[in-house]
Amino acid sequence: MHEMSVAQSIVQIVEEVLQEQKAHRVLKVVVRIGELVAVVPESLQFCYRAITEGTELGDSELVIQTVPVRAVCQACGREFSPETPFFICPFCESTRVHLLQGQELQVSELEVEE
Amino acid sequence: MKVLTVERKILKKNDDIAAENRQRFKQANLTVLNLLSSPGAGKTTLLERTLEKLANRYRVAVVEGDVQTDNDARRIAKHHVPVVQVVTRGGCHLEANLVQEAVANFELDALDLLFIENVGNLVCPANYDLGENLKVVIISTTEGDDKPLKYPPMFRVAHVCVINKIDLLPYVDFDIQKARDYARGINPDLRFFELSARTGEGLEDWIRWLESLIPKSTA
Repeated sequence: MHEMSVAQSIVQIVEEVLQEQKAHRVLKVVVRIGELVAVVPESLQFCYRAITEGTELGDSELVIQTVPVRAVCQACGREFSPETPFFICPFCESTRVHLLQGQELQVSELEVEE
Repeated sequence: MKVLTVERKILKKNDDIAAENRQRFKQANLTVLNLLSSPGAGKTTLLERTLEKLANRYRVAVVEGDVQTDNDARRIAKHHVPVVQVVTRGGCHLEANLVQEAVANFELDALDLLFIENVGNLVCPANYDLGENLKVVIISTTEGDDKPLKYPPMFRVAHVCVINKIDLLPYVDFDIQKARDYARGINPDLRFFELSARTGEGLEDWIRWLESLIPKSTA
């Protein structure tokens, strides 16, 4: 259940930003979660609700954007979306593959009341 | 209403502390391995056999991570090496700050090799950098040979894959070649060791490799 610890880290970041920006009420928290980081959106949503209930984040909406895996082949230079867990270039079958996205775990945007 | 662009890494605090740990380990000229597996794959037994071979020649210490109990730390302590038990009380992985607190109990400059035995789990620990040099994932022949396919993030971040319990191969359906192919498909740079921590078969290669990680000046 690392979703709980991820949710706690999100709340910490939101609180930091609210303080820096001198904002009080947050309406929406947008997070980007890569497909490769093994965070279950439903579970993260549940944990976020559980720990924000009754706090200043209690009525904020958590929006989870899933980032699909994209890779570039280091042999032939072409980009692709791996469809299996194997990172093999579909064009030249090289396994020398560099990940472009899919490992994100970040708070990307906050919507706050002015 | 105002939209703020934030773009902050959720695990930044953990990554920052992991970077501090890494710096500290480097200063101490210390090699640190993070051992990862599902429960029951044989992490502690492998560690015990490893200590039997190395602890009389090198200065080794162990951080034991478990959800509950200090049973594993007591097993390790029998081998006369410094050991600290971290009990996560429900937490499914070790985080960098727990390791930082744990290693404060050791004199790092006086060590050659530190093993961190993570909580038995192939999911969450993949996301948490502890500051280690290498991640070692351990699977065993009593599990499915498709473990790498089921937990690709872990095999993606690991540097080394130990296949344990090879003494049981005649009795189980585990196909070693398949497991290796799956794992290599996910991570072509993985290095493999096939061994039985129970019988000692294949242990020499593993021990030789560990010795090669220890800086020569201390050997």
